[in-house]
Amino acid sequence: MSLTVVFGYLATLLWTLKISLSSSRTLPVNNFVGLIQYERLFDNERWLLSLNNLAIYGVLFILACVIIGFLLAVFIDQNVTGEGVLRTIFLYPYAMSFVATGLVWQWMLTPGVGIQEGIRQLGFKDFQFNWIVDQDMVIYTVVIATVWQASGLVMAMLLAGLRGIDDDIWKAARMDGIPTWRVYLSIIIPMLAPSFATVFLLLATAVVKLFDAVEAMTQGGPGTASEVPAKFIMDHLFGRANLSLASAGAIMMLLPVLALLIPYAYARARKGKR
Amino acid sequence: MYKTNKPVLALLLGGLGGLVAASMSAHAAGPKAEVMHWWTSGGESAAVAKFAEAYRAAGGVWTDTAIAGGDQARSVAINRMVGGNPPTTAQFNISRQFQDVVEQDMLNNVDDVAAKENWDKTLPEPIRNVLKIKGHYYAVPVNIHMPAWIWYSKSAFKKAGIDKEPATPDELFAALDKLKAAGLIPLAHGGQAWQETIVFMAMLANVGGKDLYLSVMRDRNVTAMNSEAFRKVLLSFKRLRSYIDTASPGRNWNDSTALLIKGAAGMQIMGDWALGEFVAAKQVAGREYGCMPGLGPKAPYLIQGDAFVFPKTANPETIKAQKLLASIVVAPGPQLEFNKLKGSIPIRNDLDVTQLNLCAQTGLEIMKDKSRHAGIGEIYLTPDQNGALTDVLTAYWNTNMAVEKAQKNIIAALKN
Repeated sequence: MSLTVVFGYLATLLWTLKISLSSSRTLPVNNFVGLIQYERLFDNERWLLSLNNLAIYGVLFILACVIIGFLLAVFIDQNVTGEGVLRTIFLYPYAMSFVATGLVWQWMLTPGVGIQEGIRQLGFKDFQFNWIVDQDMVIYTVVIATVWQASGLVMAMLLAGLRGIDDDIWKAARMDGIPTWRVYLSIIIPMLAPSFATVFLLLATAVVKLFDAVEAMTQGGPGTASEVPAKFIMDHLFGRANLSLASAGAIMMLLPVLALLIPYAYARARKGKR
Repeated sequence: MYKTNKPVLALLLGGLGGLVAASMSAHAAGPKAEVMHWWTSGGESAAVAKFAEAYRAAGGVWTDTAIAGGDQARSVAINRMVGGNPPTTAQFNISRQFQDVVEQDMLNNVDDVAAKENWDKTLPEPIRNVLKIKGHYYAVPVNIHMPAWIWYSKSAFKKAGIDKEPATPDELFAALDKLKAAGLIPLAHGGQAWQETIVFMAMLANVGGKDLYLSVMRDRNVTAMNSEAFRKVLLSFKRLRSYIDTASPGRNWNDSTALLIKGAAGMQIMGDWALGEFVAAKQVAGREYGCMPGLGPKAPYLIQGDAFVFPKTANPETIKAQKLLASIVVAPGPQLEFNKLKGSIPIRNDLDVTQLNLCAQTGLEIMKDKSRHAGIGEIYLTPDQNGALTDVLTAYWNTNMAVEKAQKNIIAALKN
C-alpha cells in the first residue's frame, strides 16, 4: 500500500516537478533551467484564458449542481410515488461517459439542428439559441451539459443525508409550528454540513480536471473560447511535443487541489485528536 | 543524458509498449517488421495494406500496429523507443516531429536507400531539408500531400454564374461574392483550429506570394511579419470569415466537403485527402467538382507528407527487416498502389501516372516545377511553434482581435 503511494503518486509528482524545471521537448531531459516554463506559461494568452474559463465554470457548475441536486433530493424525500424510477432517471446521466453524451449535447446545441431548429419548427421563426458557436457564451453551454450530468450524483448523496435525519426533529418542528422552508434553512441544511462538504470536494476536483466535456462538445472552440487547463496540458504533452511546459501546467493545476485538500485533511486530523 | 535516466523511464513508460509488443507473433520465417502507423480510416487502411502485401511478397512478415490519431500514435512510438522496446518502424509526418529523437541518437539512418534512390537529386527540396539532419537521412518519405487545395462545386459555380476558375485573390473574392448572392454557402469551412491554420497558409501563399511565405514560415523574419504585405495577408484571411455559415464552428472537414458534394456550398480550402470523400460519393474530378492547387499558374505548391522512421537497434534481424521495408515503400509498384488509394501523390517522378485521378495528376505535374515548391508550416516550424501559431490564428479568426495584435502575437509565437 505505502509502496503504491510512494511510487505511483509521489514519484510521478516529483518527476513532473523536475520536468517542469527542465527544457524537455519531445523527450524528458535532465537539465535545470529554473522557472522559465512557468514564465512562459503565464505569458501565454491561451493559458490565462483557460484559467479564466475554469474560474467562471467552477463557480457556476458547483452552485448549480448543489442547488439543483438539493432541490431534487428534497423533492424525492416527500415520499413521492415512483421514487425508485425518479432516482434512477436523475442518477442515470452520471453513469454515462461524457465522450458519448458530449456529442449528443453538441448536436442539440448546434444551430441549424437540435434545440434551435426544433423550437423554430414549432412556429417561433426567429428563435435563437446559438451559444455553442458564440465566443462569449460557449463556456456556459459546458456548464449546462455538465450540470445535467452531475446534479444527479449530488441528489443521491444529499438524499442519503436527508434520510439520516431523525424524524423526531421534524415532529418537534411541526409542534412548534415552524414553516417547512424555515426548518430546511435553519435546521436541516446545517445538519447536512458533512454531506455538503463531501459534495463540494467531489465537484471541485471535477472542475479542476474538466477535459472530456470540452473535448467532446467544442474542442476548446470556437477559436480558443472554451479552452480549459487540462486541455492545454494534453495538447502540449502530445501534439506539441512540449513536455516541460505541459508539466508546469500540471503542477499549477495541482495547487488548487492541494489548497482544498490540505485544510480539509488538517481539520479532519484535529477532529480525530479531540 | 537520456541514458542515465533510462531505468526510471523504462519503468514508467515501458508498460504500455510491452502490451502492444506482446501481441506480436513469436516465431515466423523471414524478416519480421512491426509497423506502427495511424492510417485507420477506410481508404487509408486499404492503402497501407498494399505496402503489407508487397512486404509479404518479398518474404517478410508484416505486423500491423495501427493507432488511431497521429498524436497518440507518435507518443506511443516515442514511449516505446524510450522504454527500449521500439517497433521496427513508425510513421511520422514529413516534419520536424522526429528531430528531437534524432538528436538523442535514437534512430537508424537510411543513407543507403537514399543513395540508391538518389534522393539528393530527386526529392523536392522542402522534403529533403527536413529528412536530412546533419548530413544523414533519418526517414523514408512515402507520399506527398498538399494541404491547401481549393475545391469547388461545379453546380454551385454554375448556379452563381461563375464561368472560370478564379486566378487571383481579387477574382477569388469576386467569386465568393457571387456565391453569396446566389444564396449558397460561399466557403465551406470547418471551424477547428487546424483547419483555420490551413486556410491561413493558403492565403499567405496566394496573397503574399512565395517570397513572403518563406520569409515568415521558414526564416521567421520579424521585418517580414511586421510588413504591410503580411498585414494584407492577415486581413484577407479574416475577410474569408464573412463567407462562412453560422454552423461552421467545430465542424469536421469531411462534413464541410459533404456540403460541396451536395452543391450547398461553393468552395473549400482543404488538403488532397478530401479527394477520398468525392470518390466515395461517386463524383468525378472535372465533372462534378474542380480542384485548384492555388490561385494562378505560379501559385506556390505547399508540401507535406508521411514518412517512416527506423528506431535504433543492434539486432541484425531487425536491421534486415528495416532495410527491406525501406526499399519496398519507395519501390515504383507499391508507391503507385499506395498513393492511388491514399489520395496523395508519389514521392518519385518516374511513374506512369495515368492511373491517378485528375487532381493528383495536376499535383504531380506541378511537382516538376521546382520554383513552386514550398513546405507547409510543419516542415519549417517545431511542433511547439506550429501549435503556438495555430493558437494565435484561431483566436484572430474567431474574435475581434485587431490585425496589429495578431501580427504582434504571431511574432511572439514564432520567436522561441
